[in-house]
Formats: sequence, structure tokens, C-alpha cells
Amino acid sequence: MEPLHLDQVGPGVYAHTGEIALMTAANEGAIANLGVVIGNEGVAVVDTGGSVREGRRLLLAIRQITNKPILYVINTHGHPDHVFGNAAFTPPTVFVGSHNLPRDMLERGQYYLNSFRPAMGALLDEVKIVPPNVTVDNELQLNLGDRVLSLKAWRASHSATDLTVFDETTGVLFAGDLAFLRHIPVLDGSIRGWLKTIDELGKLPAKMVVPGHGPAPAPWPSGLDSERNYLERLQSDCRDLIKRGVPIATAAGLAAASENSHWSLFGDYNARNATAAYSELEWE
Amino acid sequence: MIGISFRVSVAIAIAVMMSLSFPRQSIAGDASDSWQEIAENVFNGRPLADGSNLIALEMPERAEDAAIVPVTMRANLTPGDTRIVRSITLVIDENPSPVAATFNVGPGVTMISTRVRVNSYTKVHAVAELSDDKLYAIETYVKAAGGCSAPMANNDEDEAVKLGQMRFRQFTASAARASAPREAQIMIHHPNNSGLQRDQVSLLYIPLFIVRQLRVWQGDQLVLEMDGGISISENPNIRFSYLPNGASAFRVEAIDTKGEVFKGEWPVEPAT
Repeated sequence: MEPLHLDQVGPGVYAHTGEIALMTAANEGAIANLGVVIGNEGVAVVDTGGSVREGRRLLLAIRQITNKPILYVINTHGHPDHVFGNAAFTPPTVFVGSHNLPRDMLERGQYYLNSFRPAMGALLDEVKIVPPNVTVDNELQLNLGDRVLSLKAWRASHSATDLTVFDETTGVLFAGDLAFLRHIPVLDGSIRGWLKTIDELGKLPAKMVVPGHGPAPAPWPSGLDSERNYLERLQSDCRDLIKRGVPIATAAGLAAASENSHWSLFGDYNARNATAAYSELEWE
Repeated sequence: MIGISFRVSVAIAIAVMMSLSFPRQSIAGDASDSWQEIAENVFNGRPLADGSNLIALEMPERAEDAAIVPVTMRANLTPGDTRIVRSITLVIDENPSPVAATFNVGPGVTMISTRVRVNSYTKVHAVAELSDDKLYAIETYVKAAGGCSAPMANNDEDEAVKLGQMRFRQFTASAARASAPREAQIMIHHPNNSGLQRDQVSLLYIPLFIVRQLRVWQGDQLVLEMDGGISISENPNIRFSYLPNGASAFRVEAIDTKGEVFKGEWPVEPAT
């Protein structure tokens, strides 16, 4: 087994850049960006990837850098490409996530496993849905000895379980899927919530961001610009289509169509984003 | 990111669904055998004629979001055909309770659009009863999964909107004649819990809680009546065509499964 490729983005801070793709057996589900922060007392892992195999490869990569204990696995939200590798990490590692994550995993975990079976095959045999044993209501600080990670749970935005991880020492922000670059943003929460969150998130005194998908690290806060443009376009197009009385099925093919050339996987997600945004915004 | 609907289910919910109402196959792609049995149950064995020249059923081939799948039914009677459509029953064959809704329609209603939950790859049927007392069926196929047990929409921006709050929209008619067909839309804010979703705190199943009947009048004339089932999406939303009858107001009444009645009235907007 080959260790996962990690780039150093700051002293003691590493990131793996996932492939911009849908999860498949061929890519082992390794499509999300993952993070590692090493303190003098131990290690925090930010997301574990889309298969236990990817999680093991991440652990192998960490072991090439340090033998310190893995104190925490932090899940930035509940989507499979970020949590299916959790079972590669075992107690006494503590799992940390949004206060909404336990119920989200219970509601959706088995369904995700069933749904990804055709694409991922036997790679899912080992996957276990591992919920957090420590949850974050609003903010929480994790001490790694000589450095502190500040965790913050957000309102429904990209999803209902979004959580960011900020390394105070280096100013690196792990934004999870609150930040997308190149990979079209995917809406599974609230478009208005997400735009509000982006405004607040952009005020964090970060120096750079590791997005959930796309090149890492990215400049801060300008790394949020293209995503904000997309979501604002989606929102204003949906509002306009609703105002003009265009039915939702037609609107799904029209909203944010002008953004097509800016994003990968546009055809896979844009119409669904539009459906979700339209049905939210028509109640404004 | 991931390539399926996020509004999803758990295996146990699927198991519960499979035990309900009508025996059927729930394996994706293998939807061939359910229809005959459903049709016999729902329509009491009445014969179903081919409706493909009389009615149309429009759904996306692949649902973008299984909890919000747009569906449009149209009456396409040829000019000169003196029959009218009395009702259309929408059946989502592989859903836990296949009858999504029955729409009884007033004169001049030739189009009904709504949004439904679709739980697995399934055939969908629309069965129209015409004024000749016969039933006519058409069929389409939709790829979607997990819609019935999808958790409530993930946004908390709408907390100010009250249960049962209604919105009524009338769409501008461009035709010169005041009697030309127009379209209107009724939206009602209601969780329409399918009984297959879990409470987010207790993790117990949320009891069935749906809008079971919704009626729209133009003046004193009933334009549309929906008897709804669990497959109608959260915040039921129906768009329909109608013929203006000169009345000055629309009136809407909805009743949910707790017996609560929601009412609204809106002046008819002039055509422009």
C-alpha cells in the first residue's frame, strides 16, 4: 500500500489534494482534500477520505512524518468522501464533529453505503459509519500541546453538519466543503445560509485555506471568490426565474448556466443545486 | 463530492416501507411487475385503456433531487373531442404508498404540475378518468432514490414561515381574450412528513403528517381538488391551468392529517 501524498502547507501542517472527480473504485474514493496537523503531544486529522483504504494510506503517510499518537479525527461534515475512511483510525483516537453530525450519520450512513456500492464495490466492505464522540455546538478548541486548533460549527450551509478547523499557529484554515475551488460547489444545506456563512468565514484571520475540493492551499480570503460568484449567480438566477414564473423543472436547466465554463463536474451537480436553491428561495 | 441525492434514507426505513400497502418489488430497475397489482387495487379492477393520445405525463428521466421531483400532467385531447378530464390519479409504482395523489379537476383544467418524492427507480403512471366514464393510463420511468425518507430540507432560514401558511400566484396571461386559459400556483408550508423520516433529536420515526386534501375554488366553482398521499413533497406546491369564469376571488382550503384546516383567499388578478 502506498502512502497518500501529503503536501506541507505550513510548519507541522499538511494537506492531501483529492482528485476532482466522482467517487469510484478506481480512485478509491480519494476525491476530497484531507488535512493533518502535528503538535508536540499528538496529531489531528481533518477528514479521512472516501474509503478505509484511503484512510489507511493517510495514516501511513502520517507515520512517515511522525510517530506521535493520533489524538483527534475531525470530520468537517458527513458526506462519504470525507468520512468513509474513519474506520482506519481506532481508539483512543477521539472523533470530533458538528453537533448535527451524529444524527446525520444515523439518518444517512446506511443509505450512502448502499448508494455507493455500484461505484465503489468491495472497497465499501470495510467502511463503518463512525460518529463523533465529541461534538461542537458552536466553537471548541483542541489542544495539541504546543498548538491550538479552533473548531467552529456553522448554520446549514453546504450541508447541515459543516465544521471548520483553524490552526491558530500557522493561520491555515481547513474549510471543508464550505470552500470549493474548480469542483462545482454542491448544495445540500441552504443557499442563503451558505452565502451568509461565506461572509462571516471570510473575516477569519486566516493566511491560507485548504478547501474541501480543489487546489490546496489557496489564498485567503480570495479563495472564496469564485464560489461566492457561483452561489450568488445561482441565487439571483433562481430568484429571477421564480419571479418570472418559470417552473422548477425548466429552471433547473437554466439557473447558473453561465457558470458552466468555470467549474468541473458542472453537469453532475448544477441542476440539482438549482432544484434545491429554487425550492428554498420560492418561500422567501 | 457525491453523486446521489443527499436527502436519504436508512435501511430500516426501507424495510418498513416494503411492508406497507401493496406487495411489490423494490429492486432498482426491476419495476415491471408492480403495476398490474397496483392498478387492480386502486381502480377496483376497472379496465385501463391506453391514454397516450389523451394525456401526457412529464418527469425528468433522472431526478436531480429525489425529494423534489417535478411532475406535470396534461390533458391533450384533440380539438373537437367533446370529452373532458374529470380526474387524474398519479401513481409512483415503487413508492411505499404508490398513489401519490388524485386530482379532481373543474372545467378547463388541462395542466397540473406538482413535486413528488421518489423512493427508487420506478415506473410512474397517470390515470385519467374522462367524462365517458372510462379510465386512460400512461406511463413513464424515473431514476431517483431515497425521496420518501429524505430528512426535512436542511435549511433553517424559513423558521418565520408558519405551518399552513399559503402562497398563491397567478401568472400573467398574454392572450387578448379575458377567457383564455391562465395558470396559477398554490403553495402551502407544511412538512408533509411521510412517516418514514426520523426525528432529528429522538431519532424516532416522525408520524405521518401530511396535507390530505387541498381544494381551490374560483368564485363558487371548484377548480381543483387534491387528495394527497405521502409522496407529495414537503411544502406541497401545485401549479395548474384554468379557465377564468369571471369570479373575483380564488379560495383555497387545505386539511391535514391532524384535522387542522388552512384557508386562504386571493382576488383574481386581471389578465394583462
